[in-house]
Amino acid sequence: MLEISDLSVGFSREGRFARVIPGLSYSLRRGETLGIVGESGSGKSVHALALLGLLPQPPGKVLGGQAIFRGEDLLTVPEARLRELRGGQIGVVFQDPMTALNPVLTVGRQIAEPLMRHKGMTRRQALDRATDLLALVGIRDAARRLSQFPHEFSGGMRQRVMIAIAISCEPALLIADEPTTALDVTVQGQILDLMAELRERLGMTMIWITHDMGVVAGIADTIQVMYAGRTMERGPVEAVFASPRSAYTWGLLQSLPHGARPPGGRLHQIPGQPPDMFNLPPGDPFAPRNPFATERCHVEAPPLRQVEGSVPGHLAAAWYDLPALLERAR
Amino acid sequence: MNPPLLSVRDLRRTYRSRAGLFGSGLVTRAVDGVSFEMTAGETLGLVGESGSGKSTTGRLVMGLEEPDGGNVVFAGTDLTAMTPAQRKPFRRRMQIVFQDPYAALNPRMRVGDFVAEPLLVHDVGGGAAERRDRVAELFRTVGLDPAFMQRFPHEFSGGQRQRVGIARAIALQPEFLVADEPITALDVSIQAQIVNLFQDLQERLGLALLFIAHDLSMVRYLCTRVAVMLRGRIVEAGPVEAVFADARHPYTRALLSAVPIPDPVRERGRKRLPFDAGGYTFPPGAALRDLGSGHLVLDGA
Repeated sequence: MLEISDLSVGFSREGRFARVIPGLSYSLRRGETLGIVGESGSGKSVHALALLGLLPQPPGKVLGGQAIFRGEDLLTVPEARLRELRGGQIGVVFQDPMTALNPVLTVGRQIAEPLMRHKGMTRRQALDRATDLLALVGIRDAARRLSQFPHEFSGGMRQRVMIAIAISCEPALLIADEPTTALDVTVQGQILDLMAELRERLGMTMIWITHDMGVVAGIADTIQVMYAGRTMERGPVEAVFASPRSAYTWGLLQSLPHGARPPGGRLHQIPGQPPDMFNLPPGDPFAPRNPFATERCHVEAPPLRQVEGSVPGHLAAAWYDLPALLERAR
Repeated sequence: MNPPLLSVRDLRRTYRSRAGLFGSGLVTRAVDGVSFEMTAGETLGLVGESGSGKSTTGRLVMGLEEPDGGNVVFAGTDLTAMTPAQRKPFRRRMQIVFQDPYAALNPRMRVGDFVAEPLLVHDVGGGAAERRDRVAELFRTVGLDPAFMQRFPHEFSGGQRQRVGIARAIALQPEFLVADEPITALDVSIQAQIVNLFQDLQERLGLALLFIAHDLSMVRYLCTRVAVMLRGRIVEAGPVEAVFADARHPYTRALLSAVPIPDPVRERGRKRLPFDAGGYTFPPGAALRDLGSGHLVLDGA
């Protein structure tokens, strides 16, 4: 469905330049949901913007690589073709629906337009379909709300409108960047249920970018943990959550609270700060924050490779053997 | 039993949206009869979703907004009856930390001066040299290198900025701290650092902490008691484990059932309980009823 090879992205700031994604490769099967986890500077959002041709250039710049979607390279197709794919075969949802929706157009028109453009529907047909879509994403009184403007919707409702637009043309691929982060937990739950249902019904392939390990645990088949523009670990969610091999993945999972605090207890904390992409350390970028780092980690970046003894497709970039180190520490 | 450090009684705050072309505008009861108490050194989690009134409650307690009704009694003194001048000595003892540390910081002020400001305003900390030493000590307390005092906010990461905000909040050695979504804007790897810092500060300074958050797992971990708010009212409150293990109000249950669990096996087996927060009507005359050992639930549930 999607094959990304050696995607490389740079950023300039105040005369300085950083390779914020030094060379990212991964592929996605049809129907697969990939959960990408990362923090500030991880490259998780930048890589999505680059795929969609939405990277602000400058300061950003795609330096090289390929992203083959159904036989076409998203990084080199003409802008007009990319626009046709976006909102057609590729649906997009971002965190902040207010910036993505046009404030002066009714919600109905914004849902109907891609249907007319990509599916050749008449205005009437498109508006009927828009009503169905709003109902599908759980907006009540859908027919009446079509004639309203984005500011008349609450944040959660606007995000549902964005999702309705993103799925309107039954995309083969949906790219969602923190789509539920700004929402209340109960609304997030409804949207996650809805996405699972749509995936079943439409056989949609999804890239779900988030910082929430709980969301990934529920929605994704595959998890990809990114740090400083690199994939630190990737694999089937069950395998990665059960036995993480990157100290970063392990640290993220450990730092989450589980139940009540034991007396005098403290949360596990990852020391230090998120990486400064303009001033990265040599070697493994996580090494300065990694209590398990070896000498080699500080000088040479580890390749992403199959984890010995784990399921096929469980990959990690680590010079150290985390399970053995954890065993010794115990 | 210890006398409460803070006693909030029947607090109310109503917002009227400006009258439109037709009709007389909308009345929102942001906080609608909230009561709770906190003892010295205690941690109370205030949870609820957007529009629940939890942040407004924090602001009312701090006197950043005036209530339409009810009282805030701190250390035996009713603050709501006082003039701002009369309140000033109490402001030293009550501080607040906000969600967005960047918005709270003045971009043109060195962070050391920002932390020192409350010392100046309340005329404590002695001369300039003494004050500088005190600020350096505060930086060390919150885990920042005192060498950073000369820097500007943009030179800091989100987690470091939140540490600066906390250093300022504890500068006057308050007994009570409101933390309004203090970790929401932070990277996951930094959230645990800040939560641990709050615990350290509580142990060292004996701070009572009103922790306003929507992250229920973190509230369960950090707090001893929790109060759940829905549309301006507390629907359930009590010792954290009593509420989390045996939630009685349908809203609390729905909220707890919606928290994603970072474990693929358990997360996939979980069923979310539906609850229509907007359509829910409170039973007329409903009041919090004690189920025993301080576990309160709005009756009619």
